[in-house]
Amino acid sequence: MPAPAAAHSIALLINRFFEWFGELGIFFWKVARAAVTPPFEGRELLRQLDEVGSKSLPLVALAGAAIGVVISLEARYSLSRFGAKSMFPATLVYSVIQVMGPVITGLVVSGRVGAGIGAELASMKVTEQIDAIEACAINPYRLLAATRIVACILMLPLLTIAADACGLLTGWFAQALVEPLSFHQFIESGFHGATFNAFLPPTFKTAVYGLIIGLIACFQGMRTRGGAEGVGRAATNSVVLASLFLILADVVLVKFILVVFP
Amino acid sequence: MDTVDDIATKQEEFEQDGRAPVVAIDNVYKSFGNLKVLNGISLSVARGETLAVLGRSGTGKSVLLRLIIGLNQPDSGSIRIGGQDITGLPMDQLGLIRKKMGFLFQHAALYDSLSVAENVAFPLRHHRREMSGSERDDRVRKLLAEVGLENDIEKMPSDISGGMQKRVGLARALALAPEILLLDEPTAGLDPISSGEIDELILKLQREHQMASIVVTHDMFSAKTIASRLALLDQGSVVIEGTFEDLRQSDIGFVKEFLMHS
Repeated sequence: MPAPAAAHSIALLINRFFEWFGELGIFFWKVARAAVTPPFEGRELLRQLDEVGSKSLPLVALAGAAIGVVISLEARYSLSRFGAKSMFPATLVYSVIQVMGPVITGLVVSGRVGAGIGAELASMKVTEQIDAIEACAINPYRLLAATRIVACILMLPLLTIAADACGLLTGWFAQALVEPLSFHQFIESGFHGATFNAFLPPTFKTAVYGLIIGLIACFQGMRTRGGAEGVGRAATNSVVLASLFLILADVVLVKFILVVFP
Repeated sequence: MDTVDDIATKQEEFEQDGRAPVVAIDNVYKSFGNLKVLNGISLSVARGETLAVLGRSGTGKSVLLRLIIGLNQPDSGSIRIGGQDITGLPMDQLGLIRKKMGFLFQHAALYDSLSVAENVAFPLRHHRREMSGSERDDRVRKLLAEVGLENDIEKMPSDISGGMQKRVGLARALALAPEILLLDEPTAGLDPISSGEIDELILKLQREHQMASIVVTHDMFSAKTIASRLALLDQGSVVIEGTFEDLRQSDIGFVKEFLMHS
């Protein structure tokens, strides 16, 4: 590719990048304004809480359980090598609650809910259903976007608690199969000396993941163009971008939590 | 800029003045990128009058309707609904105006996750919150009976034919008892019998509700049946405006050609 053409392509790419963020910012502003002004869409919010929360619970619980077993197997092996087997309960508790539980929950919800919201809204967009909502004098940012985003924000911490609980239970169970360890002993040892600061911020940081998943999925869905291909692209982009931003946000949030809740 | 209360007052004042046109489009231009769609359009519609907007595909007929209901903004010119210029109005203020309008989309744009009855109840649920459930059900049944679908209320949009979907769309457009009815290709894609039934239905509704209607169509027979006045568009401009007889007697080459092929 000749140099001027390459430079032009790069300039175009940078332009699109900033344009995307600009549009996302405007979208966020419209949704935030719609979310805090009446009339409130309580009925739709309840439906979305069920959609995001109850229907994600089995998947999140399964993912949490699997992660608990994996950490248990890995931790036992590593700790045995260094003669620190007594640290097993604390290692499992801290790994699951502080690190893996929130991220796994975020990624599972991003996959299930992000793709669902992206595809649903994109399909509504290309079939003019969103225009029809607007033509009925109903604010689609309030009815469609705000309800879904708020549902994601409220449900992510609760789903994280469920994933953590399943992870701890299966992690203990995997350990108990190899060496006798009562659940009471495991919990007492794992949470020994722990404070709320150690567990609450990592759990509630997932509300930010919820904001990211809901916002990006709604944004990608409601700006879709181009029929079935556009719908597919919106669903894929929703998952990929939400997962990517979720992991990037985790870097910032972990540092923030370490500074604010030492 | 006018507040929501100012707009409501202006609308009340306008309603007392029976002579002014309900919809007044003045010198409106609209482009999408480099594509000029509307090129200085001026049209008006009075109470109880039906204007048919005709033209070849891609001449901006549907865009004109989208501008009237505020789904797109014109590049320049003004669009007055009930005396209020709607160009540049924010969504909540535009909502007040939109409640006076009913819009039938070209492909009906029914909410595919809702039943026929729920589709018609949708605007009532959001704008007639004071209505009890049974009052709303009665109104929905009455609207569906008006369009001849009283026996299909529990069906889903995917289970009914294109013609029936348009009837449901029409019932939904009439739910808030609008003063202005906008119909985008009401007979497109329908067989001649269904087209005739839709035309009959529109005529009946006009007689009973005395609305100002704008019908976008390329079906000359339908336009001749339901409209009191016709406007023929070409390349984003009004070529001729008048009764069917005016069009028939016109010497303009495009008008003759259009009538010949209709």
